[in-house]
Amino acid sequence: MHLDHGDSYPHRHTHSAEPVRADGTRRALRVGLGGPVGSGKTATVAALCRALRAELSMAVVTNDIYTREDAEFLLREAVLPPERIAAVETGACPHTAIRDDISANLEAVEELEENVGPLDLILVESGGDNLTATFSRGLVDAQIFVIDVAGGDDIPRKGGPGVTTADLLIVNKTDLAPHVGSDLDRMARDAAEQRGDLPVAFQSLRGPEGVAPVADWVRARIAAWAVR
Amino acid sequence: MSLAALLVLADGRFPAGGHAHSGGAEAACKAGRIHDAATLAEFCRGRLHTSGLVAAGLAAAAAHGLDPAELDTAADARTPPPALRLAARRLGRQLLRAARATWPAAELDALAAAFPRGAHQPVVLGVTARAAGLGPLDAAHVAAYESVSGPATATVRLLGLDPFEASAVLAGLAPELDAVSGRAASAALLARHEGLEALPASSSPLLDIAAQAHAEWPVRLFAS
Repeated sequence: MHLDHGDSYPHRHTHSAEPVRADGTRRALRVGLGGPVGSGKTATVAALCRALRAELSMAVVTNDIYTREDAEFLLREAVLPPERIAAVETGACPHTAIRDDISANLEAVEELEENVGPLDLILVESGGDNLTATFSRGLVDAQIFVIDVAGGDDIPRKGGPGVTTADLLIVNKTDLAPHVGSDLDRMARDAAEQRGDLPVAFQSLRGPEGVAPVADWVRARIAAWAVR
Repeated sequence: MSLAALLVLADGRFPAGGHAHSGGAEAACKAGRIHDAATLAEFCRGRLHTSGLVAAGLAAAAAHGLDPAELDTAADARTPPPALRLAARRLGRQLLRAARATWPAAELDALAAAFPRGAHQPVVLGVTARAAGLGPLDAAHVAAYESVSGPATATVRLLGLDPFEASAVLAGLAPELDAVSGRAASAALLARHEGLEALPASSSPLLDIAAQAHAEWPVRLFAS
């Protein structure tokens, strides 16, 4: 029974993959943030929430390795009301939950839209992982990969799917570069070589600019999303 | 039935959310009840003959085409802990999403419409098996296998257990998996004529209590 479909994929069941739903409303833009442990993903998410929450209706999904740590940090920092922050459990495999089996994350983004929507932007933060972790295109519309200068200035040269293909690469904690002997120029050259025209943001959340360049990048994504 | 369709559905990489659930193994590892391959085998055997058998019966009955709403109520009655009901409904909803994309079928759409918050996973599994052209015994086999493959994979991650040993545990359980699946399928056939009371209703109080306690842990790796 039901084995012979004329049309193999009558509709997508990552259904919110389409920007406009059947009823004509537009779903939120979903931006994934991935990267190694300790590179500053949660701090960047918190800063983005503070920078954008006045102009955008936002929510966050966290994928902790041990559950709720990151969600609780965001709650403690009160960057968003608690009903706008959801935590997904990943069974010790954060990359599986954002790439190979996105079921739980899709449910989380859809529940947020149902419960507190309409939303303009949902940030999906991966649990800290390795350099090969990337998000499924069934889950997010754009992805940011966050590395930091203290993790070694050879990471851009090493490449890997996160560094090479992310829509935005953030090199975080640039204020630490002199203290850990990281060569920012070299990181920029290596990143350009790996990424071609894809953008790279050098960020220090303690500096005067803070998250502003990344927030601008998100704003541009939102503007492009609104006309799709 | 299509043997290949059965492989697709039973594949541990089928994207239906199971990877985040340990089937009680996380609680059992923490309590020291699972600490090596032998204790993993005992845990899996216990789970197979209790919640595994129940799940297999429900899945087989759903694959027969029995009313999913009544089966969902029967699943609730056989699942005392609220934490496990919640997990079963979440997994059911996640399986339904994957199933509708993989084997589009009106029955699956109807199930999604009737249960926006999710139906119990074994019920969804049975309806999915129908959509995939599989029979009740196939559905029972998948449910029974999932009842032990989840804990085995989770234990590899939790204890660093040798993955070859974990696979050997599963292979060693194969005859019992076949027997439990057969029992479940027979019960489902009986349930067609005699009502859902004919479905297995065995339980493991320790699994239930540990699952409810696990749901309260502040720090854990698995959702259940």
